[in-house]
Amino acid sequence: MTFDWQPVWLTLKLAGTTTLLLLILGTPIAWWLARTHAWYKQALSAVVALPLVLPPTVLGFYLLIMLAPDGPVGRLTQSLGIGTLPFTFEGLVFASMLYSLPFVVQPLQNAFEALGPRPAEVAATLRASPWDRFMTVVIPLARPGFLTASVLAFAHTVGEFGVVLMIGGNIPGETRVLSVAIYDYVETLEYDQAHLLAAGMLAFSFLVLMTLYLVNGRISRSHQP
Amino acid sequence: MNRTLRIVLATLIGIAPSHVPVKAEEVMIAVAANFIDASREIAPLFEQATGHRTRISYGSTGKLYSQIEHGAPFELFLAADTQRPIKAEEEGLAVPGSRFVYAKGRLVLWSVKPGLFNNAERFLKEGAFDHLALANPKTAPYGLAAHQVMNRLGVLDGLTPKLVRGESIAQTFQFVATGNAEAGFVALAQIKEWAGEAGTLWEIPPHYYAPIDQAAVLLKKGEANPAAIAYLAFLRSDTAREVIERYGYGVE
Repeated sequence: MTFDWQPVWLTLKLAGTTTLLLLILGTPIAWWLARTHAWYKQALSAVVALPLVLPPTVLGFYLLIMLAPDGPVGRLTQSLGIGTLPFTFEGLVFASMLYSLPFVVQPLQNAFEALGPRPAEVAATLRASPWDRFMTVVIPLARPGFLTASVLAFAHTVGEFGVVLMIGGNIPGETRVLSVAIYDYVETLEYDQAHLLAAGMLAFSFLVLMTLYLVNGRISRSHQP
Repeated sequence: MNRTLRIVLATLIGIAPSHVPVKAEEVMIAVAANFIDASREIAPLFEQATGHRTRISYGSTGKLYSQIEHGAPFELFLAADTQRPIKAEEEGLAVPGSRFVYAKGRLVLWSVKPGLFNNAERFLKEGAFDHLALANPKTAPYGLAAHQVMNRLGVLDGLTPKLVRGESIAQTFQFVATGNAEAGFVALAQIKEWAGEAGTLWEIPPHYYAPIDQAAVLLKKGEANPAAIAYLAFLRSDTAREVIERYGYGVE
């Protein structure tokens, strides 16, 4: 039996890209949410958390409409010269970022809130600039939050199915990720391939979560007085 | 017990059963995605004529077959090919001798953009588009037929990077109808029901692909259900055939 590795690499690439971009985007959002007292803080928190409760089909449906050639986002991407996003790897990254946003923002926000303003204030009395305070004080102290956020974003993107099925178009090497490949194998009764991929996913997910709990447990223990 | 609850209970116990006619049965039908619209029109006609009720599930023929193989509670299978109903018989999942072709499918190339092509064959050969939609050939007979058309025209290899596969012909249609794919291979029946812009349509010559003979079969689970047997008979009636033909299918 020849084993098709392409969906595996594609999935890792998608999850890796999504996680990296989400950390860049999610950190300032989480920082702002942890610090602000603005009246619309709760509204923004709710928007960030939406993908947790919405069925993937809602996201998939709106993405299809919005990203279509005559949809609002589709017009924008076309005028920017990048064409339309559905059925492309870039489209999946975009969708995955929306889909996994709460998995990055919430752990980071919790970490920032637990930290409190004190460490940064102390650093400020030592004349550290805001950027310096953030990079050398806040980020290292919030390390467990960053670890949790990265692992959850990565794992959640690997486990994504509904949205990809709706806007992906099942193109090998472009949008045919693991979950879609498994679905395909099951539908076409190719159970050997389905078993391999499904068992691999199961083992991978278990290992990822166990590692996360182990590492986070160690970090919090080492921080106890 | 409060009053509302008592009324609700009384309704459930006393009144509800009297609404159900004694001999009316319900039949669970698995219907290939291309036949969604036609089956929705046939269902009330069947219910009027016989008093039975229908419950219909949709999907690609391949997906429905795999569900049937795993014990799905379907009593009838309206496939988009003959191969899977035959397989169901061979596997002992269907009643031998109950199978017949209820519709002959027609494949079209369609786009929502008006005037996208004059000569469809040249349009496919030139390939000046980003995405061309078809149903997954492994699970959807209309996708298989689309493959055969592209093979015949010698464009399959060249177009492969541009092909987007819907998991059923229904999703394929949606890819094209939303404009996300410039064009796609869909069922003529889907165009008949489409209320939007006419777009551009090529009715593919039937000899470009193997006939899409859509067979219905009585599944073992429906063997003893009068509603299932009645539906199969109704599917062959003039009333049903008139609807099926109106959707652009051929009938035997």
